[in-house]
Amino acid sequence: MAIIETRDLVFEYIRRDEEGNVEGITRAVDDVSLSVKQGEFIAILGHNGSGKSTLAKHINAILYPTEGTVWVDGMDTSDDESLWEIRQRAGMVFQNPDNQIIGQVVEEDVGFGPENLGVPTKEIWERVEESLKAVGMYEFRKYSPNKLSGGQKQRVSIAGVIAMHPKCIVLDEPTAMLDPSGRREVIRAARALNDVEEITVILITHYMEEIIYADRVFVMDKGKVAMEGTPREIFSHVEKLQSLRLDVPQVTMLSHELKKSGLPLPDGILTTQELVEALGL
Amino acid sequence: MLRDITLGQYYQTESVVHRLDPRVKLVTTIAFIVSLFVVDNIAGYALAGLFLFLVIRLSKVPVKFMMRGMKSIAFLLVVAVVFNLFLTQGEVVVSFWKLRITKEGIYYAGFMAVRLVFLIMGSSVMTLTTTPNHLTDGLEKLLNPLKALKVPVHEISMMMSIALRFIPILLEETDKIMKAQIARGADFESGNLLRRVKSMVPLLVPLFISAFRRANDLATAMEARCYRGGEHRTKMKPLVYQRRDYAAYGIVCVYLALCAVIGNILF
Amino acid sequence: MSIILDHVNHIYEPGTPMAHAALTDINLVIPDGQFIGLIGHTGSGKSTLVQHLNGLLKPTDGVIYYNGADINGDGFDKKELRGKVGLVFQYPEHQLFEIDVFTDVCFGPKNLGLDRKEVELRAYAALKQVGLEDEYFYQSPFDLSGGQKRRAAIAGVLAMKPEVLILDEPTAGLDPKGRDEILDQIAGLREETGMTVILVSHSMEDVAKYVDRIIVMNKSRVMMDDEPGAVFRRYRELEEVGLAAPQITYIMHALREKGLAVDTDITSVEEARDAILHALAAQGRQDRGVGGSPC
Repeated sequence: MAIIETRDLVFEYIRRDEEGNVEGITRAVDDVSLSVKQGEFIAILGHNGSGKSTLAKHINAILYPTEGTVWVDGMDTSDDESLWEIRQRAGMVFQNPDNQIIGQVVEEDVGFGPENLGVPTKEIWERVEESLKAVGMYEFRKYSPNKLSGGQKQRVSIAGVIAMHPKCIVLDEPTAMLDPSGRREVIRAARALNDVEEITVILITHYMEEIIYADRVFVMDKGKVAMEGTPREIFSHVEKLQSLRLDVPQVTMLSHELKKSGLPLPDGILTTQELVEALGL
Repeated sequence: MLRDITLGQYYQTESVVHRLDPRVKLVTTIAFIVSLFVVDNIAGYALAGLFLFLVIRLSKVPVKFMMRGMKSIAFLLVVAVVFNLFLTQGEVVVSFWKLRITKEGIYYAGFMAVRLVFLIMGSSVMTLTTTPNHLTDGLEKLLNPLKALKVPVHEISMMMSIALRFIPILLEETDKIMKAQIARGADFESGNLLRRVKSMVPLLVPLFISAFRRANDLATAMEARCYRGGEHRTKMKPLVYQRRDYAAYGIVCVYLALCAVIGNILF
Repeated sequence: MSIILDHVNHIYEPGTPMAHAALTDINLVIPDGQFIGLIGHTGSGKSTLVQHLNGLLKPTDGVIYYNGADINGDGFDKKELRGKVGLVFQYPEHQLFEIDVFTDVCFGPKNLGLDRKEVELRAYAALKQVGLEDEYFYQSPFDLSGGQKRRAAIAGVLAMKPEVLILDEPTAGLDPKGRDEILDQIAGLREETGMTVILVSHSMEDVAKYVDRIIVMNKSRVMMDDEPGAVFRRYRELEEVGLAAPQITYIMHALREKGLAVDTDITSVEEARDAILHALAAQGRQDRGVGGSPC
């Protein structure tokens, strides 16, 4: 059964000028239908302004569709009754690590979600402990978030979502403001969640190297799903990706160039190892 | 640098005072301040001093730390002493030029100085031994009865703790924007008042925009984590009175009673 | 004419328990017209270093010379220095404040005390240099897209006509295309004006294509300072400190290990393609020559 499903989803917002007159209407998400199965690792890729974050905010019922429907675990997000249940089932981590941590101590921040859900005190502590352990931040539980690196802060935010026991977690460009080692930390934590806890992960990003591990990839452009497939299938279309303001890992690019020059290589090579083997060395 | 400003200067150590319920510490501090205004003789101040001394010893906070807080009120202290010294009417002890120092003046100036010093020390014992977090929690719980009067107690305490969380971040940001504008040739230091006020625009506009953006982000993040006000909420660290807290309340009652007796009747 | 750093140290919060070294014994010579990549991860000291170059921070110890003069010496005009050494901070768009883009870009040159005409000429030229179209000049900077905002902010520093331009992570948060556009623009700008450019980044891949020299910082020290090829050759050391060479370096090394005769100093995809094709052809000839069988 699908944990997330959108059908003919459209989201429009009205642009106004300084006097408040309507200047125009922007379609940020344009007729998107997709379905995500429980336990999948999904990547949504797209350049800035492609509509990928707007789409993500629908899953957590932060935004509601202008047209069409979004179901989370069978619940319609435009149904007010199930609002809190939807937000509990589908947690969300945002881009800026500083602007989503509420607690002044790591463990208190992780406890914030369960507190809001009315979880009994004893169980909050259990959940905080297991969540911090899941992202490898348990030894930092007494720290002030201000003392942590960007990658560590994002892991705390992920723990804060896990503590709510969601079925699905949406990571909205969690690595955009991090350095390479912070990025690796966060991606590793996200993969571990998917592998070990079997939580559905929806990762939104514009870094190509982060989507290699995804089960399926959606590429967004101008509010529409422009491409869909496994990472390998997506990476086979180097030129198309470039036209969508994205790039590909250097190894994929190089293989593509070599193939164009006449070498018999397969499409969508993702790692150095694969290239070496494909060259028959 | 701006970030040197320390707020809620908590002193980390293990002590019985640190472990007390923040509500006890808040109430005690208020009681202590009240006591300073109730007593008006030497014996009374001696009692208050003794009480303060014992609490400081128990808290294991070095006196040096207490003294730091005094620097900021030194000026106020001098002004209060000088005014009391010269402006109180009564029996003249010393007089020169047009100024007269009276016996009552010396008394009042002395009391005023002691009162101020005790007041600052008393409240810094509280801030030094209680994390800002704990303090807001205590305040929320203490003010809880006001909910009946439609005072948004939970919201106030939530705002206070968010403010505490974001003050260091915004200070850092201020520092960064200042540097960036200085790199573009901005000058925050010279010129007359009007020029200085004008020179703050390149700092304040970006800072406000950033603060609003952060507020907006944080509100979304809180909603995404199912925050919907104080209703239905449980506490990860609920405040529960322990035996030591009741004992502390008892001691405070005894202290207040002693103050009332010694401070007024005996002279 | 150059910037020289002589035994520069910087300690944050000296004399407190929080004291920590941000720069330790930095000795560098930055000659005119070089294109330099300054690489290191967060906390390596690279941001602290660049803030010394325009006098925003003072070294705890050591001397910095700009064109021979000690920038922290008595009577040195720091304001003038800041016009000469332009520093673009990370997320520079967060410092925009004026009612329109053009006025904002004027802020820098105006602070240099230039007359109005010169200020406006410079602002206009700077906006052209970053490739911002006329139609945006009189819009509020807050209405621009992310990439445009960043360009406007960079123009704000360019309008001061610096001799040295330092950009702290100019591509942070941009998508791949936006990143390439900004970097291409900066490279073009350098071609055109011949100014010294220092690009601060944590990504080797981003800077490899452009710079003549890479300075790697680690734990407050300069760990490597060499041309890109030579720095990438030490990719194992880079990894030990949490950095990485561009993926191409790894590919070339892997191929070479498997016996393909390719140059491991290659840093771009195009060079790599040519080198591989060339090496394969040579190998093919050799195979035929030795084994005598067609492949």
